[in-house]
Amino acid sequence: MTSSKAIINIDVNDTIYERAIEPTLTLLDFLRIELGLSGTKKGCDNGECGCCTIHLDGRPVLACLILAAEAQGSKVVTIEGVANGEQLHSLQSAMVEEGAIQCGFCTPAMVMNGVALLKNNSRPNQEEIKECISGTICRCTGYTKIEKAITSASKEMLK
Amino acid sequence: MSDDSTTIGKSVPLIHSLDKVTGRAKFTDDLQLSSPLIVKIFRSVHPSANIKAIDIQKVEELAGVRAVLLGRDIPNTFGVLPISKDEPALAIDRVRYVGEGVVAIACESEEIATKALSLIKVDYEITTPCFSPEKALLATDTPIHPELKKGSNLHKQVLQNFGDIDRGFSEADEVVEEKFDFPSINHAFTEPHATQVAIDTRGEITVYSATQVPHYLHRAISDVLEIPMHKIRVVKPHLGGGFGGKSDPFPHEIIAAKLAMITGRNTKIVFSREEVFFCHHGRHPSKISMKIGVSREKGITALDGNMLIDGGAYGSFGVVTTYYNGVLLQGPIKVPNYRFECNRVYTNKPMCGAMRGHGGVNPRYASEVLIDMACDRLKIDPCEFRLNNFLQPNSLTTNEFRITSMGIEQNLKQAMTRSDWSNKYRKLPFGKGIGVACGFFISGSALPIHWNQMPQSTVRLTIDYDGGVSLYSGASDIGQGSDTMLAQVAAEVLGLPIDMIKVISADTRTCPIDYGSYSSRVTFMAGNASKNAAIRMRKILVHAACQLLEISEPNYQTPTKSDDFYRQGDQKPDFESSYLGANPDYRDGFKFRGELITAPNGKSVPYMDVVRKALDFTGALQTKGVYISPKMGGNFKGSGAGLSPAYSTTVFITEVTIEPQTGFIKVDKVTCAHDCGKALNPLSVEGQLEGSIHMGLGQALMEEVIHHKGAVQNPSFLDYKIPSPFEMPEVDLIYPDSDESEGPFGGKEVGEGALAPFIPSIANAIYDAVGVRVNNLPITPDKILTAIKEGGPRC
Repeated sequence: MTSSKAIINIDVNDTIYERAIEPTLTLLDFLRIELGLSGTKKGCDNGECGCCTIHLDGRPVLACLILAAEAQGSKVVTIEGVANGEQLHSLQSAMVEEGAIQCGFCTPAMVMNGVALLKNNSRPNQEEIKECISGTICRCTGYTKIEKAITSASKEMLK
Repeated sequence: MSDDSTTIGKSVPLIHSLDKVTGRAKFTDDLQLSSPLIVKIFRSVHPSANIKAIDIQKVEELAGVRAVLLGRDIPNTFGVLPISKDEPALAIDRVRYVGEGVVAIACESEEIATKALSLIKVDYEITTPCFSPEKALLATDTPIHPELKKGSNLHKQVLQNFGDIDRGFSEADEVVEEKFDFPSINHAFTEPHATQVAIDTRGEITVYSATQVPHYLHRAISDVLEIPMHKIRVVKPHLGGGFGGKSDPFPHEIIAAKLAMITGRNTKIVFSREEVFFCHHGRHPSKISMKIGVSREKGITALDGNMLIDGGAYGSFGVVTTYYNGVLLQGPIKVPNYRFECNRVYTNKPMCGAMRGHGGVNPRYASEVLIDMACDRLKIDPCEFRLNNFLQPNSLTTNEFRITSMGIEQNLKQAMTRSDWSNKYRKLPFGKGIGVACGFFISGSALPIHWNQMPQSTVRLTIDYDGGVSLYSGASDIGQGSDTMLAQVAAEVLGLPIDMIKVISADTRTCPIDYGSYSSRVTFMAGNASKNAAIRMRKILVHAACQLLEISEPNYQTPTKSDDFYRQGDQKPDFESSYLGANPDYRDGFKFRGELITAPNGKSVPYMDVVRKALDFTGALQTKGVYISPKMGGNFKGSGAGLSPAYSTTVFITEVTIEPQTGFIKVDKVTCAHDCGKALNPLSVEGQLEGSIHMGLGQALMEEVIHHKGAVQNPSFLDYKIPSPFEMPEVDLIYPDSDESEGPFGGKEVGEGALAPFIPSIANAIYDAVGVRVNNLPITPDKILTAIKEGGPRC
């Protein structure tokens, strides 16, 4: 390829990375390939399945629809950055306990959806929970246990 | 099972959950092999054409292209079933569907591979395609597989006839007959197909692949590439959903292996979502005519079905699908007189194969809707009708399936109570409706795909100085939780916490053979093998404990027939002895409770002391357990199809709201009662049922792979819609503990059976709501509206 590389600085999970990248590189490939953070999944690379949901400056976004260069200077959190060391986020614990995980391919995205919701809404109702996960496809669970996990995590976090 | 069960019957989070919820779990695409070549496949844009020439000169000249592969480089064809090995890894001489691979390339980078694809030129001679399954039944001069079938596109025909079908219909009080039409359905798993191949200095390969069937893939690569199996290792990393769509060996797996061998380099291929839809292997579109005779007194008196299933370009599991379209209708209601004809045809479309509920889904819609129609005409409550006519435990179906446990009668009664059926059926206001349907499914196929006497599943256990148990199984955890189930079973027998059982699975180098994850076989078969291995390990530990405590060995009850559990017998069903032999208790009087093992005399000894005593003079403790289905089945051609050591049943009572002005359908509430025997892990049972409901809902109301001139028109999640959280109904699950005497701790199937009957329960509820029936799926608002406008009730 003949394109010149772009130098970017991105804060990913509280570490600042400086990399020279192809301007066409998506944020998803940057995370997965350049940084080896494979917890963020590629299910379609086209903004349809939602499995690559991450947080960009606190908002849940699809990493496959954003160029890495666009994230210059931003703060990114991926599934690898959700737990505090070995201390799981309440939603992660709830996902495990409620059986909200089967194949696990959508799980990181569902966690990112739910964590973002719970940050801004400590008592989400059923409709808000459905809305928050509706951008990510799950073919295993029928969503019911994922919704339950978000509800029980919200209760746990209010304790 | 003992009363102080440690894990069986308890809701155990799946053992991989922690890795998955933190992003640590590695799926195939996540593995980082050293500098893999990127493999891409150039695919046909024509549904039917002869390949006149392939120009790869410019590709070979492109820097960074390391190998180019053509069909003729891999001449051996393959297929999951030994009886239909009709698929080449890359098209040889002709292409048979849009999306079929023609050229494969291995390149230094994704960008070079993409560029290389654009440089490939193929000169095609377009030939007349065949898209319509009806036309495919007619004689033709240009069959899709001339080398296999001269003058015909008929791939497989099954005819079965039991009892006296004419007499059956003459005994009926009401005969109903309808035609049904079902579209193509895709599995829509979230993880696209992916394979990576590592090659070592001796040229031996390790194939990491998203597969439900590592053993079959192992065989296929060996057969097709003509290399001994011991030079190939197949490993399944974490897998992002299968549902049958990863249960065949695939061309890209063979291609990636071949390209690694040619180049001596690691290789990697990951499908785009579009390629997933092009390669498909989904549920066969089908056209079904069915006629059912119903008598008030005798129940179903006759069933006559004619199924035409559209197989697409290659065989896949199609021969099995052809049988399953008919034979799985033998339950849960007894059908004394029975006939079906099922034809599977080749057409120039992506091939169809196995998908959740394999072969049994579409005919179940037909039969359960027809039963509802007959009951309506006879003014019988369809629940009461079913209650009076279910198969009984310990009986034979008309085609000699051996029925062991059968909990459906009590399940339907419970579902009726919980849904308040009798106060709702035919009593709800216009636009609101309630409907019932029932299903029946196998717990694994009793006959192996490859005809041999090898156990269908083998599990190996080892314990060494650290006291941890390593459990080795070829079973493929595809997200359904089979690794957890295997660990639970072994933990239960050995009285250990589940985290002391380390499961190593789906690796053909280290694990004994298991046929893989399909036909709902794993809990029953691998679960029994795990139990068998653990019982043998327990005996070793009991022996050592007796030595430490200086007491005599317990007096084991030996099973009556043989001390090798589940050995294949040579007799017709003998329930008494098969129960005794199949599920022997491990009652040895000892209590295994984690750190302490207690003898019948009340004296205890630490588990670790027992393990180390047992290691004296022998080293690492090793046992193995196996499962083979007992001999069963009738003496007629095709009697093996649908034979299973145990059958699950499901009841659905479903409530809907139809908006009469728009035809908009909302499934409000589902009461689902499933007989899975003992629920080994209720959390997992619920997950499987809820997942089946989601997938059934999609097929019922929205999903359809659309083809135009053979090309898939909606190969994306934007255009192939599956249900979102908003469409999911309220779900009430019932799965009372019952006991399947031959199942591991009483367990049997739960992953697939529930999907099929959900769909007709929706249709029957729609009829109750607005008095119309839609016989061509998906049931969309426009079809409902049209039916209402055309005059409502049709029966």
